[in-house]
Amino acid sequence: MNWTSNTRTEQLQRHATQVRRRSRRLWRRLALLAAVLGPGLITSNVDNDAGGISTYSLAGAQFGYALLWSLIPMTIALYVTEEMCARMAVVTGKGLSDLIREEFGFRPTFFVMVAGFLVDLGNVVAEFAGVASAVEIFGISRYIAVPLAALVVWILVLRGTYRQVEKIFLALCTFYLTYFFSAVLAHPDWLDAARHTVIPSVQFNSGYLLMVTALVGTTIAPWQFFYLQAGFVEKRIGARQYPQARADVIAGSVSCMVIVFFIIVCTAATLYTSGHRNIVDAADAARALVPLAGRWASLLFAFGLLNASLFAASILPLSTAHVICEGLGFEAGIDHKFKDAPIFYWLYTILIVVGGGLILIPRAPLWRILVLSQVANGIWLPIVLIFMILLINRRDLMGEHVNSPTFNVIAWVTSVAMIALTLVLIYFALFHPSAATGGL
Amino acid sequence: MLHATEVLGGEAYDAHGNFVGRISELFIEPADQPNRVARYLLGRGKYLPLLARHDQISSVAPGMIKLNVEESALEHFHSNEAWLAVRKDLLDQQIIDTRGRKVVRVNDVDLAEQRMDGTVELRVTDVDVGLTGAARRLLQGLASPSVIRRIQQSLPARTIRWEFVNLIEPDPLRRVKLRITHDKLEKMHPADLADIMEELSPAERQAIIASLDEQSAAEALAELDSRLTSQIVEKMSPEKAADIIEEMAPDKAADVLADLSPEVSEDVIGELQGEEAREVQALLSYPEDSAGGMMNTEFVYVGETATRGEALEWVRQREDINAENLDTIFVIDGDAKFSGDVAVGRLLLAGDDVALAQLKSEPLVSVTPDATEKEVFELFDKYNLRSLAVVDGYGRAIGAIAVDDVIARLREKL
Repeated sequence: MNWTSNTRTEQLQRHATQVRRRSRRLWRRLALLAAVLGPGLITSNVDNDAGGISTYSLAGAQFGYALLWSLIPMTIALYVTEEMCARMAVVTGKGLSDLIREEFGFRPTFFVMVAGFLVDLGNVVAEFAGVASAVEIFGISRYIAVPLAALVVWILVLRGTYRQVEKIFLALCTFYLTYFFSAVLAHPDWLDAARHTVIPSVQFNSGYLLMVTALVGTTIAPWQFFYLQAGFVEKRIGARQYPQARADVIAGSVSCMVIVFFIIVCTAATLYTSGHRNIVDAADAARALVPLAGRWASLLFAFGLLNASLFAASILPLSTAHVICEGLGFEAGIDHKFKDAPIFYWLYTILIVVGGGLILIPRAPLWRILVLSQVANGIWLPIVLIFMILLINRRDLMGEHVNSPTFNVIAWVTSVAMIALTLVLIYFALFHPSAATGGL
Repeated sequence: MLHATEVLGGEAYDAHGNFVGRISELFIEPADQPNRVARYLLGRGKYLPLLARHDQISSVAPGMIKLNVEESALEHFHSNEAWLAVRKDLLDQQIIDTRGRKVVRVNDVDLAEQRMDGTVELRVTDVDVGLTGAARRLLQGLASPSVIRRIQQSLPARTIRWEFVNLIEPDPLRRVKLRITHDKLEKMHPADLADIMEELSPAERQAIIASLDEQSAAEALAELDSRLTSQIVEKMSPEKAADIIEEMAPDKAADVLADLSPEVSEDVIGELQGEEAREVQALLSYPEDSAGGMMNTEFVYVGETATRGEALEWVRQREDINAENLDTIFVIDGDAKFSGDVAVGRLLLAGDDVALAQLKSEPLVSVTPDATEKEVFELFDKYNLRSLAVVDGYGRAIGAIAVDDVIARLREKL
């Protein structure tokens, strides 16, 4: 009989008895960071969508460098609000509409969702409007480009898992460098720009104030909060990786504002100084750059607009479908197959089809739709913000990660300021629409 | 049948027809009876709320209940952690559907009326997770109950029976008071349980693992996403973590330990006892993407001169052999070197007197621990293996890679 015992302890003891670290520290940390990066960067950069670019280029064309001072406060505001979402995602492991449902009940959640749907529908229309304007600069008809774009966007999400889709979006983010080149080609007065960034130069006329509120309103949008929080939850980022998540948010906020800086500088140095101040939207701005900065600046500008519009057109319907499904308790997420999450995919499809479709209708009242969506955004934003602040201060939810008193102060001040500004925007949009449509 | 949304917010009248207050909460006492509404909380605006007991109710209708006692007979409200509150703990919260094996959110609660002598008791029958409940929650207070009932008839219903509902409560003390047991979860397949746990928040996951027995916890953790497993294990005490990890197969245990942060990993390894500790330590010394990192040290090996009958007899007598490891039996020669493997199919068909040496699969395939993942995959594919032996420098078998490990690795790469 020559069989021996089951576990081969003698032989194993000959092998290593020390645990060799499989992961070398530095590589592990870098890999961790790379794994976490994504939601913050994407969200902040999609901020520079068609509506955003229009607003920013108008700001530069109409006021030169005078509005650059608002960038730093806006970066802070963006960071503060997005960080709260990241923190909630990491500590509770739940999405924002999940939390709102659990803590505030069914009806408030339902109204947040309905509002979100309407606002985002308006935004999606704006994105496809951006696509249409951008391709028309290249000489392509919108009736070819928009359906094509809608199809591409739809397939991209339907076929890919979150990881693949996110990689594509992140790669597309690097195209925002086109604005840097545009700005350089425009030969701006960098010192003047720097001075205006640091020293506020507020003018007290309605046009100026309106532009400030438009800037804020277009930069900080509620759909970002839902998308960001859902993004971190889907990536299963735990409390231990909170530093990396926060780094992602910082990187996103800062990079977003840097791009805005270059857009404003670009148009300020060319259109403003040469007197072409009455442009209607970004496409006009791109065209106006040709005699001043050469053919390349214009093409780059238009390409950036197309990229931003496509990017946002895929993210916004996604985020909206997420919010609604989470709130109503349906399965959601692009990691699921179509038949496992039918309502999610149907919502996504409807938003794209209707959003794209409205652009193709000749003589559609586009400006009115866009203005109304900005107004709806202004109503939605304070409600979502207040919910967020209430949630983040709940000790039974966040444990020790509730807001510190200083953070609370910053958050409340930011929220109140944004609420006040968006109320101003609503007032203008409803009662002086001609002033409001400039650039929206 | 009534619904919680119809009862909550209703008006309560006492035996004399006087208005007492509005029903703001329904309490169930699981320690007493698991599905009966034991107490009704009556809010009275700026006055202190009152509690009505189940035996003080004479009739219930949507929007209204009648008591059979006077207002003075009702006790004042005092909160009690052993009570399950329908509005606070059930509505809009997530629960585990142990029959459907998933996590769902409660929209409404269905109640059945039970008439006792002179009183009416409400008992929870189902939990509504579908559109009917959603419609009711939305329209309650805005439309009359009859209109709402008519609307809900045209909507598809999705309900879960109360006995299949497993509550999720992160606080362990409250879990005991509410008599929340997870024996249904323990009977679930670990993969289903892992799917459920992936839907929950970190605190809730921790709560479930804490209330499972160590065997079930080990099986569930083994199936869970490795990031989540690390998060859960790191929040446990090292002793508890070691107890659970000891129940896992050594290769799975090594995988889990390798994903932890170095400090926690050391603490847990320090708590591991006996055989398991040594095996796991040995496995951890191999890089993750090598054959050594994929192999399991639990395998069965028998001398090749033994007959089929002798081998079976020996295997049956051993208590510590896992049936899953019997898929392939390794065979060793006189120098204790690996000389082949015998598939369980051949073992099944052979006569008792056949020597194991004659049942070996051809050709003889094995790898060294430093072989790459890719080489392992290729061998599995080329020879249609179910199990691959890993041998050391002397040709002695030190581990076995099973086909399910290969599949798990391949899926990670997809």
